Amino acid sequence: MTGEKMKFIDEYRDASAVRTYADKIAEITTRPWNIMEICGGQTHAIMRFGIDQLLPPEITLIHGPGCPVCVTPVEILDKAIEIAGRDDVIFCSFGDMLRVPGSRKDLLTVKAEGGDIRTVYSPMDTLKIAIESPDKQVVFFAVGFETTAPSTAATILQAHRRKLTNLSMLVAHVLVIPAMEAILSSPDNRVQGFLAAGHVCTVTGYAVYEKLVDKYEIPIVVTGFEPLDLAQGIYLCVRQLEKGASLVENQYARAVKRDGNQPALQTVNRVFEETDRRWRGIGLIPQSGLKLRGEFAEFDAENRFEPANQVTHESTGCISGQILQGAKKPYECPAFGKRCTPEHPLGATMVSSEGACAAYYLYRKP
Amino acid sequence: MCIAVPGNIKTITGDDPLTRVGRVDFGGLLREINLALVPEVGVNDWVLVHAGFAIGVIDEQEAQKVFEDLRSITESGADDRGENEVH
Repeated sequence: MTGEKMKFIDEYRDASAVRTYADKIAEITTRPWNIMEICGGQTHAIMRFGIDQLLPPEITLIHGPGCPVCVTPVEILDKAIEIAGRDDVIFCSFGDMLRVPGSRKDLLTVKAEGGDIRTVYSPMDTLKIAIESPDKQVVFFAVGFETTAPSTAATILQAHRRKLTNLSMLVAHVLVIPAMEAILSSPDNRVQGFLAAGHVCTVTGYAVYEKLVDKYEIPIVVTGFEPLDLAQGIYLCVRQLEKGASLVENQYARAVKRDGNQPALQTVNRVFEETDRRWRGIGLIPQSGLKLRGEFAEFDAENRFEPANQVTHESTGCISGQILQGAKKPYECPAFGKRCTPEHPLGATMVSSEGACAAYYLYRKP
Repeated sequence: MCIAVPGNIKTITGDDPLTRVGRVDFGGLLREINLALVPEVGVNDWVLVHAGFAIGVIDEQEAQKVFEDLRSITESGADDRGENEVH
């Protein structure tokens, strides 16, 4: 952000410390292992810092579906595009979502056509916009995992208290833990160990993983986002795999407690309830989404605008479903870097910098 | 999307749990951050900030553990202590 040293960041980027862990991983590895990092932010950091290239050839990192931009289903995106095109609406979104292809166009095209679409940093920004624009309907596109849902929920509680009638949310929040279970229970599963997403766990804690390691006998290491975190997380995971252990370990103890952030979880539970949700490229995962509780239905943009359930259309020639499930690497797609680039993405995994395709394009393009 | 940035709370305004706001320092850049999700924090605490909200408190003691583990694997060679195990 500035030239100043960033505490809790810079010291975790020490190259020699990362190399020490890489050497230790090579030393203890005796056979091939497939480890999945769940979070797209981790995928991006692994590519950016070249962590995968420091590992012995036996270790394969499979990139998980933890990119909310990538997994938001096309039918919700189409609804966003319809609502954003209305004259009476100010549509607010995190910037990543604007270039994700819908069935017919993306949000950036709606903006070019005159739609009032604003990029926001926080859901709280939408509260301010709603107060300042009483003659407009303000809609927030609420995407994100367990990490982000508390911020949306806290914003809704404020809107509720202020009795705002011109703010609503198009809710597409998803939950990563049911997705991990879906991966593990698939007959095609190749994942032998998980790096759990550190900031999801800041909110959820890691006690929730204990039943997963028991049921599927797989190591899960809660891991941070800096190079040293990732290298240590992989080391702890390989160490368990080599020993035949299946435990929850917490590499990211500076930010993650066993029980997580209880006030944040209570805020989410007050506002949202779990619901079945389709993930783009993956399909329906039971109880893997959040929807507003009845008490807060007035803030549901789908109730307020009743967007049509359109016939959806996905780009042919995009294999993002297989990418998101770790079945294929981006460079195995014929369109990668040719017909499909971050400027002209065929699918969501090429849009967000946390999508595996965009990360490979940025850091591994031959 | 799930990126959260560490920052240091310089001042806190307001008593209302829902609207309590901190001025948080990110390496010299100050921003107003909502503290509704971390009611326990005070001035000088380090928090992890995501989408305008502090979502967790950084444990400064635990932050040293990564470096202790690093020292222990460099000094002892094979590391079989397993003291990271929590389950």
